[in-house]
Amino acid sequence: MAKRLDLKDVNIFYGRFHAVDNVTLSVAPRSVTAFIGPSGCGKSTVLRTLNRMHEVIPGARVEGEVLLDGENIYGSSVDPVGVRRTIGMVFQRPNPFPTMSIRDNVVAGLKLQGRKSRKELDEVAERALRGANLWNEVKDRLTKPGGGLSGGQQQRLCIARAIAVQPDVLLMDEPCSALDPISTLAIEDLIAELKTEYTIVIVTHNMQQAARVSDQTAFFNLRATGEPGRLVEIDDTPKMFSNPTQQATEDYISGRFG
Amino acid sequence: MSTSVDLDKSAVEPTFVGISGGRRARNALATGLMTLAFLIALVPLVWVVWTVVSKGLAPVLTGHWWSESLNGLLARQQGGGAYHAIVGTLLQGLVCAVLATPIGIMVAIYLVEYGAGTRLARATTFMVDILTGVPSIVAALFVYAVWISIFGLPRSAFAVSLALVLLMVPVVVRSTEEMLRIVPDDLREAAYALGVPKWKTIVKVVIPTALSGMLTGIVLALARVMGETAPVLILVAYAPFINFDIFQGNMASLPLLMTVERSNPTDAGADRLWGAAITLILIITLFQLLAAFLSKVTAPKTK
Amino acid sequence: MSDPTVTGGPTGIGEPADRWGSSVSAAVPEAGIPATEPPPPDQGSIGATFVQRGDRIFRFLATGSGVFIVALIGAIGLFLLIQAVPPLLQNHANFLTSRQFEAGDPNNLSFGILDLLLVTVEVSVFALVLAMPLGLGIALFLTQYAPARVARPFGYLVDLLAAVPSIIFGLWGLFVLAPAIQPFAVWLETHLGWFFLFSPGNVGIAGATVFTAGIVLAVMILPIITAISREVFARTPRAHIEAALALGATKWEVVRMTVWPFGRAGYVSASMLGLGRALGETIALTIILAATPRIFTGSLFDGGATFASKIALSFAELNNNLSAGAFIAAGLVLFVLTFLVNAAARWVINRSGAKA
Repeated sequence: MAKRLDLKDVNIFYGRFHAVDNVTLSVAPRSVTAFIGPSGCGKSTVLRTLNRMHEVIPGARVEGEVLLDGENIYGSSVDPVGVRRTIGMVFQRPNPFPTMSIRDNVVAGLKLQGRKSRKELDEVAERALRGANLWNEVKDRLTKPGGGLSGGQQQRLCIARAIAVQPDVLLMDEPCSALDPISTLAIEDLIAELKTEYTIVIVTHNMQQAARVSDQTAFFNLRATGEPGRLVEIDDTPKMFSNPTQQATEDYISGRFG
Repeated sequence: MSTSVDLDKSAVEPTFVGISGGRRARNALATGLMTLAFLIALVPLVWVVWTVVSKGLAPVLTGHWWSESLNGLLARQQGGGAYHAIVGTLLQGLVCAVLATPIGIMVAIYLVEYGAGTRLARATTFMVDILTGVPSIVAALFVYAVWISIFGLPRSAFAVSLALVLLMVPVVVRSTEEMLRIVPDDLREAAYALGVPKWKTIVKVVIPTALSGMLTGIVLALARVMGETAPVLILVAYAPFINFDIFQGNMASLPLLMTVERSNPTDAGADRLWGAAITLILIITLFQLLAAFLSKVTAPKTK
Repeated sequence: MSDPTVTGGPTGIGEPADRWGSSVSAAVPEAGIPATEPPPPDQGSIGATFVQRGDRIFRFLATGSGVFIVALIGAIGLFLLIQAVPPLLQNHANFLTSRQFEAGDPNNLSFGILDLLLVTVEVSVFALVLAMPLGLGIALFLTQYAPARVARPFGYLVDLLAAVPSIIFGLWGLFVLAPAIQPFAVWLETHLGWFFLFSPGNVGIAGATVFTAGIVLAVMILPIITAISREVFARTPRAHIEAALALGATKWEVVRMTVWPFGRAGYVSASMLGLGRALGETIALTIILAATPRIFTGSLFDGGATFASKIALSFAELNNNLSAGAFIAAGLVLFVLTFLVNAAARWVINRSGAKA
């Protein structure tokens, strides 16, 4: 299931604007990699190129290679829709489909591919909701709208929705930034559990969170305003937080910057 | 500060600086004028509604108004009803809606989901604006020029529906476009991230989310075009009897019934004229209520 | 660097040109696929191909609808022109300067639009003069003055005016409004008759005049002007208003300092859209305006016909393409006129940036 991700010389552009410069990094299967860095440094942009979500923004363009177990997801015969089916994503703000029930939200990905029986979908929904630690809270109201849940529950619903399609990699774009501390803890616990099955990349503003949940941390920064963002350093999380190689990383982590 | 002693002035400085009388007066005058403008606008509304109700209520309260046509009745003969015209109005409106709704929705989808920023999209937006302003008589003449002059087909209710389509499409585009635009991009991204192709995202996620507002807009647009008179004057002849065939023969509609009975100077004519007027207003009101109801029922729920 | 990927089109989801390759390459090896390209090992490739086709069809339908709209406007102009040319070639009168419109006899066409144009413009402009200040007042009242709780229902009332079919306005105008304002009309005619707008009219039927028609038309375009102006005024940035308030401005000064400068272009544009609507209004004017063989003098108390009312009055009886074409020619002029007015209105609003 879980696959390995390798970025080679990835450059990202929005129209003529060079947003991210020359990123090369690797993400091991069944691990959590955290992207940290100040606002606007391109960490979310990099994350979105990992499942070709950046293409949704007009004018966005990528150079370089993103390899999923050795296969370039930007290969000329690769369907971006297929890529996103393989590499799931959870967003900053919980975004359940307002017109669908809780159950339908979870199985939306499969249902919209239209190839599963009702019974199968029910099983998938339960499995995914259990996987997202939400089953016990919602099992009695699966037919109620997803919009009625609390923020934290909605975010776990979105995680359930993402894992219901059984992706190889799960991308999370600041999944806790809109949540209260208790919900955040619930999500962090969940990430630790999901790690046993999925390769996870998470963007976070919260350095404690990066330290708590990730095995590997990548620090992104800008040289100056208007310059492209770049990867400053990537290393095992304990090392990054105790003894980083780069001065910029240390400044950022110790709070002297950003 | 004046040095002379003003006896009327209080010894203590006021806490707040007052505003001058002139400014206050101008403000009051402006407020008064604007309120007056609003009240003036209500005069014709109330007056029109009162006129129609007071003149048209009696004939529509009879049972046969809603169930009989005017077939075989003389101009001065009392009795009969507007059933044939109601059928015609609804039929022409329905055919129009069936044609205009998909076109309008697809144009809006193009503008919001596919075309954004392209030259074609800008041209389309401009043309939708222009189409909004095309007078109904010009739309009718266009259909006449194509359908009747060039194709040589007879005048028919279907030709009326085609002209109404021209009038309804831009309204549907506008309202649908607005509704699609307020669907948060978050939802589209969530669907894409699940590996759902774009068209399915539109059909299964974006449209259901916008459905409530879209339906409202469509029903309101339909209500608007059903009262159009110019197309029926030009594209179909009046029939005092019931006709369900939209491709052939004469067909009545409420506006057409009204223009015909307008030249009938008898009491029966006046009754039919104002009866048809109140019926038309009732139908339009019903559609407006339907729109409000649909928007309530189909709105995404959170509970 | 070796494999730069450029996404197709601004909408994002790229469609690799050889998407069909995975399923048809065996049968059609020369279908434009690079020979070195191995079939994608992707597990869902057949499904993916199907999906791409769905996307392509849907995209085609949507884009086609957009093209259809653009083509439609062209087609309207074109087909009206096609029908208008033959009668124009057999016209015995000057189309632009003749004041008579005789098109009933296909063998003796003699039609000109000058009077139609004059009546159309005068009645529309008169309506606009009445409706513009009222519309402004209402829009400001509803967005700035009315308490928030009642602003919506009040706005709805004004919008209701737009829901009344024009035929009903026409009947009301002729049968109810005209007699009611007749004393005022007579007074104007008696005391201001020396001025050409108020000189005695050319029709005998009291009230069936440009004067009545203009007032009714003003009522009909009022909701258009109000609705768009309201939308623009309501979009005045909160910060501007608060800045003015913090300076100690009265409500009226706030309106003059912030709301009006911000919404002026929108208001002008709204008024022009109202004018466009007035130019093309058909049935209300057909009902109200008395037909007359006499020439239009420019007085508000004249009868006559506008483009639209002339067409509506005469068209139902036509049975030959030449006569119909003569009226279609008049319709074409009306189409061009409304096109210009509407296009100008859009131009004004687009240029101002406060988009309606």
